Amino acid sequence: MKHSFLDRYREGTSLVHRLDPRLKLLGTLAFILVVTNIPARGWPAFLLMAGLALLLVRLAEVPLLEALKRSSIALPFAGVVAVSIPFTRAGEALWQARLGSWTLSVTDAGLALFLSVMVKAWLAVLVSGLLVATTPFPKLLKALRALHVPAALVSTISFMYRYLFVLVDEAMCIQTAREARSVGPGRTVWWRARVLGGMIGSLFIRSYERSERIYAAMLSRGFAGEIRSLDQMSWQKRDWLAGLGWAVLMAAAFVLGRLIAGGL
Amino acid sequence: MEMAVRVESLRFAYPDGRVALDGIRFAIAPGEKVAVVGPNGAGKSTLFLHLNGVLHGEHTGRIWIAGMELTDKTLRQVRARVGLVFQDPDDQLFSPTVFEDVAFGPLHMGLPEEEVRRRVTQALAAVGMLGFEDKMPHHLSLGERKRIAIATVLAMEPDILLLDEPSAGLDPRARRNLIQLLQRLPQTMLVASHDMRLVWELCPRTLILDAGRLVADGPTAVLLQDEALMEAHGLEVPMLAPAPRPEAPIPHTISAVWK
Ligand SMILES: Nc1ncnc2c1ncn2[C@@H]1O[C@H](COP(=O)(O)OP(=O)(O)OP(=O)(O)O)[C@@H](O)[C@H]1O
Ligand SMILES: [Mg+2]
Repeated sequence: MKHSFLDRYREGTSLVHRLDPRLKLLGTLAFILVVTNIPARGWPAFLLMAGLALLLVRLAEVPLLEALKRSSIALPFAGVVAVSIPFTRAGEALWQARLGSWTLSVTDAGLALFLSVMVKAWLAVLVSGLLVATTPFPKLLKALRALHVPAALVSTISFMYRYLFVLVDEAMCIQTAREARSVGPGRTVWWRARVLGGMIGSLFIRSYERSERIYAAMLSRGFAGEIRSLDQMSWQKRDWLAGLGWAVLMAAAFVLGRLIAGGL
Repeated sequence: MEMAVRVESLRFAYPDGRVALDGIRFAIAPGEKVAVVGPNGAGKSTLFLHLNGVLHGEHTGRIWIAGMELTDKTLRQVRARVGLVFQDPDDQLFSPTVFEDVAFGPLHMGLPEEEVRRRVTQALAAVGMLGFEDKMPHHLSLGERKRIAIATVLAMEPDILLLDEPSAGLDPRARRNLIQLLQRLPQTMLVASHDMRLVWELCPRTLILDAGRLVADGPTAVLLQDEALMEAHGLEVPMLAPAPRPEAPIPHTISAVWK
């Protein structure tokens, strides 16, 4: 079965695709750290970061519209979390409404903070999406390992990634079987809930049994408690250059944000 | 001659009390290709899990692999010599890429990097899957995954291959290719299958298992045409093409097995 909604990697040979996955991972983390640390009114710094992110999208040869569409999925979530901010900050009131004895007012400081939170969320999702779109997942795992994330954790993520697809298939099978048996409308909510419970239970048991078989397969190929792998990554000259350049840009954006907010 | 596999009065019950193997006894000479048939729940998979020591320590009876008795001490050596290919390739292929999966066995045998790479290339060549190293298993078809699953075991260069339902779920062409591949592999082979045509074409000898007991052991050509015997154990006499026989095995290091 096809799982395009899970697989976000786009085949490509752009510069961004060819960079070392470790660099891309670190660069993404640095970007997120910097962008989340820009103060609410540091608009020029936000502009710089957005410009850099869009430049990367361009360099990676990912269609701009697709990148924007995918990164916008985060906005509703951020919006729900941040929706109260404009009303609760002290500041000059821009808009007021009377609700009985209550006064609801949107302040300028509140609005600025709200907008900056939304921009931060959007930019963070945009660059993370770009990372995933230009790096095959197995390489990301290797990068995690190379950056000394504990092997047990990396293996867990790796198994999750591998078996997510298998589980989705199994869930679809169970779903199909359910639909084949439940012809016609008129089923109660209670009935549906029970069927759903059964599906979850059967998925759980199948997963448990599968994990036992996988473990048996690992044992029979010599596994003795420690996962070994070959490190196939090599740091190229372009990685050094890109890494240095990125580091300088991130530092500049950070300083810019601070300066605008009034002193370091 | 040293037997490749020898099993004496093997008995095993699962923790829930279910007796899955009940006094099994047989021996297999090096290079033999032997089918293990029997109805669902007969104990075929359980037998295989014992032969390479995955299920170990709860059974009674003895197992020898190439003259070496299977004990706690020889467990790892036995696992390296006996390659088990699971029925569902999704159980066997647990790594994010084909390369890592095929390299898993050699790496965990403690081989050096260069040797690991050589073996991955050779095993993939043997099943006709060179060039798939960086693919992710969930992007492959079932037939392709089955071939990779066999490669993961070939890379350990075992003397004995245990294949659990190798043709299940394959379309006719993939099945044909698989049978040809298995015919060309030189290893001693035990094949559990419900596919009587595959048994007929691949294995000159057959063991019939039912309810944990070995009920027949003899030439495939005789057993599979014994209607009374087959029906008594929930099996079917296959619709047969004119008696084909396996060709002589040739070394599996060549890549021209799959067109
Ligand atoms: N993990 C387990 N726990 C308890 N009983 C089990 C377990 N695995 C298998 N059994 C039981 O042991 C018996 C033998 O099972 P086994 O899987 O070896 O049969 P099989 O011959 O491989 O069948 P099939 O043709 O369906 O693959 C069956 O009765 C089965 O229900
Ligand atoms: Mg079985």
